[in-house]
Amino acid sequence: MKKIKNFKRVYVWELPVRIFHWLNVLALFVLVVTGFIIANPPAILSSAEATNLHSFGIVRFLHFTAAYIFLFVLIMRFYWAFMGNRFASWRAFWPFTKKNWNNFWHVMKIDIMLLNEKEEDVTKISIGHNSVATLSYIVMFVLAIVQIATGFALYGDMASWWLPKMFTWVIPLFGGDFIVRSIHHTAMWLFIFFAMVHVYLVFYHDWLEGRGEVSSMFGGFKFVSDERLKHAHNEKEVEIKEEKGIVATK
Amino acid sequence: MDSNNKKRETYYESIIKQGYSRRDFMKFATYIAAYMGLENSMVGQVAKSLETTYRVPVIWEHFQECTCCSESFIRSDHPIVADIILDKISLDYTLTLMAASGHQAEAAKKATMEKYKGEYILCVEGSVPMGDDGNYCCIAGQSAKDILIESAAGAKAIIAWGSCASNGCVQAAKPNPTNATPIHKIIKNKPIIRVPGCPPIGEVMAGVIIHMVTFGRLPELDRLGRPKAFYAKRVHDSCYRRPYYDAGLFAETFDDKNAKDGYCLYKLGCKGPMTYNSCGTIKWNNGVSYPIQSGHGCIGCSEESFWDNGPFYERLAKVPGIHAEGLADDIGKVGAGVLAGGLAVHAIAANISKRKELKSRINRGKSNEKDIDS
Ligand code: HEM
Ligand code: HEM
Ligand code: SF4
Ligand code: SF4
Repeated sequence: MKKIKNFKRVYVWELPVRIFHWLNVLALFVLVVTGFIIANPPAILSSAEATNLHSFGIVRFLHFTAAYIFLFVLIMRFYWAFMGNRFASWRAFWPFTKKNWNNFWHVMKIDIMLLNEKEEDVTKISIGHNSVATLSYIVMFVLAIVQIATGFALYGDMASWWLPKMFTWVIPLFGGDFIVRSIHHTAMWLFIFFAMVHVYLVFYHDWLEGRGEVSSMFGGFKFVSDERLKHAHNEKEVEIKEEKGIVATK
Repeated sequence: MDSNNKKRETYYESIIKQGYSRRDFMKFATYIAAYMGLENSMVGQVAKSLETTYRVPVIWEHFQECTCCSESFIRSDHPIVADIILDKISLDYTLTLMAASGHQAEAAKKATMEKYKGEYILCVEGSVPMGDDGNYCCIAGQSAKDILIESAAGAKAIIAWGSCASNGCVQAAKPNPTNATPIHKIIKNKPIIRVPGCPPIGEVMAGVIIHMVTFGRLPELDRLGRPKAFYAKRVHDSCYRRPYYDAGLFAETFDDKNAKDGYCLYKLGCKGPMTYNSCGTIKWNNGVSYPIQSGHGCIGCSEESFWDNGPFYERLAKVPGIHAEGLADDIGKVGAGVLAGGLAVHAIAANISKRKELKSRINRGKSNEKDIDS
C-alpha cells in the first residue's frame, strides 16, 4: 500500500502577512520584556547623577516605540484582511461557516485530542490557517486591542499627539489608572500564554504534517499534497494554474 | 443662621466689613486666580466679580466622613478664603462650624433651601450609606440618603468634597458593609463637581468654590467630573523626584542610602504615576511640603477605591476581579508553568499516538533517499 505523495508549493502567506507576523513578534517581545521592567525595575548600582542617566526613560521609550509598531502593523494586517489572498482574508477567520466549523472539529479531534483517523483524509487538512488557530488569532487580535486601548490610555496624558489622546476615555470607563494598569499587566500574561501554545502548535504541525509549517512564515510557501489540491480545485478553494510546480491562488 | 434676614451683600462688601483693606482684597484676587490656573489678565475679572456678585448661599452637608475636608479647607493658605466662605458670611448650614445648632440649625437650612431655590450651592462631605435603607447614617432623625435627595433638589450645583463624596473612600472599601455610595451615583440630574482627595488640598477646594462664585458657572471638568485645573496631571508628572525615576534610580527600602539621597519611591509603592492631583505643584500646609517631599510615597488618595488597590508600600499588579492576594505575576508564573507542562505532555502523547504515521513518513523518506541517483 505504498502511496506516492506529490507535494506542490502553494504561496500561502503573502509578504504583508509575513511582515506583520515578524514585526508583531518583535514588538511583542520588546513590549513584554520592557513591560516586566516597568512593572518591577531592577536595582541598578550607579553613582551617576540623575541628570546623566536616563535608563528607565529609555526602557519606557522602547515600550512606547514598540507599542506604535504593534499598533501600525495591526492596522496594516486589518487592511490586508480585505486586500490579501484567500488565506489572509477575514473570511478565513470567520468561524461561522460550515467549512470552518467542520475543520474546527477535525482539528480538535486529530491535533488536540490526538485521535487517529482510520484512513487519513487529506481533504480535511486546511491549506491556510486551521479553524482552531484562527480562533486563537481572533482572541489575540481582541487582546491586542485591549492592550492598545489600555496602554495608550495610560500614555495619553503624557502625550501631545491626538492618537494616544484618542484613548483617554478608557480611564473613566474603568474608574482610574490603577485598574487600567492591572488590566494591562494581566493581559500581558495572556499574550505570553498565547505565544507558548502558538509556537508549540506551529512546531507540532511542522513535525507531524511535514508540510513546512515553520518555514511558511518565512518564505510564504506551504507544501500541499496533490490529492489535497485536487480536492481544493473541485471545491473551488483554489484555482490551479500550474507553472513549474507552483500553484497560484488567485 | 441670621444671614437669611440680612440684606444681601457682595463678596467685596463682606470682605471689607471683616476689616480687610482693598489692598488685601486685590492680593487675594491675584492669589486665587493663580491657583485657579487663570491667566494674569483674568485677575481683574475675578476682582470685579467678587465686587459685584452677591454672595452665593452654600449648604454644606456632612454624611459618612471624618471632617478632614473641612479641616483642610479652613487651613487653606489665605485667611480670606475661610473668612468669606465659611465664617458666618456665606455658609448657611454646616453642622461642624455654624454657631447655631439643633432645631435652629435645621430651620436655617430649610429657610435657605426655600428662599434660594435653584441658586444655592450644595457641598457634600462624606458618602451616603445606601444599605439598610440608609439607616447607617442619620442626622436629626433623617437618613443621609433622604437629606441628600432633599437638599439636592433645589441646588444649582453640587460639589462632592473629598474621596468619600466622590469615590466612597475607606467606608466603601471591600466589603463595603454599609454600601457607602458616592454622590454622583445617587444624584443624576444636577451638575456635580468631584473634588477627590483624602482630604483634597485646601487651595484646590478654595479654587473650585471661588470659581463657582466669581464666574457663576462650573470650572472646566474632565471626564470623571474633576476640575481640570487641578486634576489634569498626575502627581508623578510634577514630582521633583521625577529625574530619579527617569534615570532608574530607586530607593529599595525606606532606610537605605538611596532613600536618604532622595531617590524615586516607585519601588516602595509610590502611586504617584497613577494618581491625578496637584500635590506636586500646590503642595500642602501652605506649600510647605507634600508626602513625597517628606519621604513617603503617594498612596493615591484621590483615586477611585485607593484602599483596595493593593498595599501602600509595594508595587504590585493585581488581577482585576480577583481580590484575594491574587497577584498577576504569581498567577502568571504558575499558569505558564502548568501550561508548559501540559504542552510537554501533549508533545509526548502526540509522538506516541501518531507513531504509525510518523514511521511511515520516515520510511517513505528513506526510500526516496535510496531512489536518488548519485
Ligand atoms: C518561532 C516563532 C514563531 C513561528 C515559527 C510562527 C509561525 C507561524 C505560522 C506558520 C503561522 C501561520 C499559522 C497557520 O498556518 O495557521 C503563524 C501565524 C500567526 N502567528 Fe506565529 N509564529 C511564531 C511566533 C509567534 C508569536 C510569538 C506570536 C505572537 C504572540 C505569533 C503570532 C501569530 C499570529 C497573530 C498569526 C496569525 C497571522 C495572520 O493571520 O496574519 N507568532 N505563525
Ligand atoms: C502586547 C502588548 C503590551 C504588553 C505585553 C505590555 C506590557 C506592559 C506591562 C507589563 C507594563 C507594566 C505594568 C505595571 O506597571 O504593572 C506596561 C506598562 C505600560 N504600557 Fe504596556 N504593554 C503592551 C502594549 C502597550 C501599548 C500598545 C501601549 C501604548 C502606548 C503601552 C503603554 C504602556 C504604558 C503607558 C505603561 C505604563 C508605563 C509607566 O507607568 O510609565 N503598552 N506595559
Ligand atoms: S516618587 Fe512617586 S511620583 Fe515621584 S517620580 Fe517617583 S514614582 Fe513618580
Ligand atoms: S501625594 Fe498622593 S496620597 Fe498624598 S495627598 Fe497627594 S494624592 Fe493623596
